[in-house]
Amino acid sequence: MLDKVRVRTWAPPGHVRTPSYLRGKIGEVERTLGPFGNPEQLAYGLRADHLALYRVRFRMGDVWGADAERPEDVLEAEIYAHWLEPV
Amino acid sequence: MPHDHHDHDELSPSGHPYRADQDGPLSYWQVMEIAVRELMIEKGVTTAEAVSAQIEAMDARNPAHGAAVVARAWVDPAFRARLLADGSAACAEMGFDVGPMRLIAIENTADVHNVVVCTLCSCYPRNLLGLPPDWYKSRAYRSRTVREPRKVLSEFGLELPAGVTLRVHDSTADMRYLVVPARPEGTADLSEAELAALVTRDAMIGVGVAKAP
Repeated sequence: MLDKVRVRTWAPPGHVRTPSYLRGKIGEVERTLGPFGNPEQLAYGLRADHLALYRVRFRMGDVWGADAERPEDVLEAEIYAHWLEPV
Repeated sequence: MPHDHHDHDELSPSGHPYRADQDGPLSYWQVMEIAVRELMIEKGVTTAEAVSAQIEAMDARNPAHGAAVVARAWVDPAFRARLLADGSAACAEMGFDVGPMRLIAIENTADVHNVVVCTLCSCYPRNLLGLPPDWYKSRAYRSRTVREPRKVLSEFGLELPAGVTLRVHDSTADMRYLVVPARPEGTADLSEAELAALVTRDAMIGVGVAKAP
């Protein structure tokens, strides 16, 4: 279902596991994990929604632009479902 | 007493400055930890022995566990396949419980090199590798490994050939990562235990490679 995805550009306060350097960046789902409890709720002792967790692969060139050391290198990070939108 | 006049500008015999005594007041969280621990002991929820035993168990975990897993993967192709498919289950087979976090094993090949970082904090496969080294928790390693990973690796003495793709794993959530380094040349005759001795902690983080025999 998810293939090419963009990380949302939200900037909420509090406990968030989506690194800011990846927000707005486009990558591809490498594998689907979970469901796991949403850490944004777990961190405050709240009942947590269970969400899919995606390992998203980004090209370094797509993350850092012209400043990338080697644009073809890749970076993979775990991003919760609600932070991703299909491209 | 001479000790009372200890001069902190002095250097140790190895040429390093002595670390100052930690005589400052306890932080809020240090006080909280002591208070909660004492209350739990007083109420019979746990004991001082149980706390010490847990600390000892934590300290006893070390990279030899991860090295045993890697060596098994090198000698047993079926285990290697199971490890890459489900790291937690494969480690449990060997008696290593990786705890509530799931383990992903990622393999270095002739074309791909993997390195692990946690930019948000210091997530690390502690049950397999023990406590993380201080540099793994430093802001420099955490920020630079996603930004200029090849430069970071070169500072560890690892120059990646241009043809090799570098794959950086940012351990942002529920998974933990173990790099399975490539098996060194000239090790066909070694036993599994001899192979495990070649697998360093740094090789399993991805800032190094396995030692030559």
